[in-house]
Amino acid sequence: MDSLKFDLAEIPLRTVNTFLHQEAPGQGVRKVLITNPDGAHNIAVGLDFPVEIEIVGHAGYYAGGMNKQASITVTGSAGTGVAENMMSGRVHVKGFASNGAGASAHGGLLVIEGDAGLRCGISLKGGDIVVGGSVGSFSAFMAQAGRMVICGDAGDALGDSLYEAVLYVKGSIKSLGADARIEPMAEADLATVKALLAAAGPAFDQYAPQDFKRVASARSLYHWNADANQEY
Amino acid sequence: MSEKNLSREESYSYDRKTIDYIRNAAAHGLYEIRGMGAKRKLPNFDDLVFLGASLSRYALEGYREKCSTKTILGTRYAKKPIELEIPITIAGMSFGSLSANVKEALGLAATAVGTSTTTGDGGMTPEERLSSKTLIYQCLPSRYGFNPDDVRKADAIEVVIGQGAKPGGGGMLLGQKVSARVAGMRTLPEGIDQRSACRHPDWTGPDDLAIKIQELREMTDWEKPIYVKVGATRTFNDVKLAVHSGADVVVVDGMQGGTAATQTCFIEHIGIPTLAAVRQAVDALEDLDMKGKVQLIVSGGVRTGPDVAKALAMGADAVAIGQGVLIALGCNHDSYFQNGEHYPACADYSALGTTAGFCHHCHTGKCPVGITTQDEILEQRLTPEFGAKHLKNYLQTLNMELTTIARACGKQNVHHLEREDLVALTLEAAAMAKVPLAGTSWIPGVGNI
Ligand code: SF4
Repeated sequence: MDSLKFDLAEIPLRTVNTFLHQEAPGQGVRKVLITNPDGAHNIAVGLDFPVEIEIVGHAGYYAGGMNKQASITVTGSAGTGVAENMMSGRVHVKGFASNGAGASAHGGLLVIEGDAGLRCGISLKGGDIVVGGSVGSFSAFMAQAGRMVICGDAGDALGDSLYEAVLYVKGSIKSLGADARIEPMAEADLATVKALLAAAGPAFDQYAPQDFKRVASARSLYHWNADANQEY
Repeated sequence: MSEKNLSREESYSYDRKTIDYIRNAAAHGLYEIRGMGAKRKLPNFDDLVFLGASLSRYALEGYREKCSTKTILGTRYAKKPIELEIPITIAGMSFGSLSANVKEALGLAATAVGTSTTTGDGGMTPEERLSSKTLIYQCLPSRYGFNPDDVRKADAIEVVIGQGAKPGGGGMLLGQKVSARVAGMRTLPEGIDQRSACRHPDWTGPDDLAIKIQELREMTDWEKPIYVKVGATRTFNDVKLAVHSGADVVVVDGMQGGTAATQTCFIEHIGIPTLAAVRQAVDALEDLDMKGKVQLIVSGGVRTGPDVAKALAMGADAVAIGQGVLIALGCNHDSYFQNGEHYPACADYSALGTTAGFCHHCHTGKCPVGITTQDEILEQRLTPEFGAKHLKNYLQTLNMELTTIARACGKQNVHHLEREDLVALTLEAAAMAKVPLAGTSWIPGVGNI
């Protein structure tokens, strides 16, 4: 058995998730199609084996949450917290993503072909995020490690209180958050953007690395500072 | 002028403490950060007493008759509820704020007496998982070190909304404690002054929390209990919302709860006392007809066996202890025990500008007795075995006192203690706990005056 189909109009999500956790890894399942998601929350959360999952339609909150190893595609849009706390693997949203996309992700690649809402990449801890459209305000808030490539615009307070994560933005930035600053693109940055765009897939072939700006932490908030005027 | 003619009228508004505070603010331009909990005088469990058995109630024989302390938490949805031998648990404290030795000591002692320990901000260490039979894994706003492997290894998950010492605030770990190991676990640069977020990154209100809880259940196949921890503020509403969000267990942490590092203005001025919070929490559960279905853990200044008994009588199912646990390990003690000998720690307290019995300097990372430190030399001042022995004794003592009181009130099970067993010694306590003032049937604010 290497390919399976679950129709969420017929089978409870709990049964599907439990199967994906407990039985599928031992049964050599390699491909799973999930139909009629109808915006259900928590589809394919907590997976830990190399499998390709295709969610045909729109997913609710936390699709692919805490993913390890799996490659999950949402053909529609995804709700809040898609791929939150992902450790490895890939989550690819063909449509739009709501708030907190890729929040706190430690690893893996999150691709969003459309726009992402508020707080995209908040608390990022090593994962990579590539967004084809724009991201909302407070994106990459306190992002600690990892990379974000934003092919559209960024909202207010981008990268507020950034740690070591690095952001690449092609479009306009409404405002930078505390301690975030624009830095020159080095050769290594160009290579990084090129690699991430290539990894994101053909939809991203249209973008050129030299069109992106680098945003990183000025590291001036790493230590308590009486003169910082409550900026943190 | 002679000494006796000097004017010594201290201002009530601008007393020495306030003058000191203003001088410090003017000198440094930065608020004070410190460890431990509220130091101000607050109504607490000491303000309640039990009405033991006499003619109107039957007592149990103190040394002969059984008195059960078994405690089950997480019966609402979880397939595998937490089963404890005693209703006294170890509160969440992080590796980072505490040394790895201390985390191990907590696990060893808790396992020996049949109770649970809890991780903290920064994730789960292998040592604490190994030493703790029952380990509660916190999911905090920072998500430092939070990962699905440890979710699966945990026995229950505690979603932390807030903490009694700082409701509405995030964690803090100053650079001295952000060692290579701590920084690695938290994905942070070594030595920075770490500020944790105060809001979760992937949900905002109670409706979102319900979905977040469902995610944690889905990912663990509905096996593990989900706790929700709140700092005590609008406790009646918060507990109701936590229950509506699907919590199996609600943890309410009052303002006497400790912290490793927070602004003093938070510790002393935000939140309500545990005594008031426990009553609000129980009222909320009773209002929803969820008492006994959703369990309540109370923390924040629970120090003694009588405190535990009073919390249970007020309606808690269990308590969680943090600061008392650290004191049992040697916090604020004037010496430490290393290589079979006691050594004085006075000089180390002095270097911090304090003395044994008054220390609240956990934030410095220079704990004189080796508890709240990541310093390689200081942390050797407390071995897991030595710490575990004392903590086990402490927990055992509390449990013995608890059963002693329960028997005196005629109960074969500590969970049968009830509010009717309590009266208050002060008006404040009577009003907050809503139990009668001793010797009267008067509860301020309830019914006709
Ligand atoms: S003795 Fe150690 S644990 Fe206790 S208050 Fe001082 S620094 Fe903190």
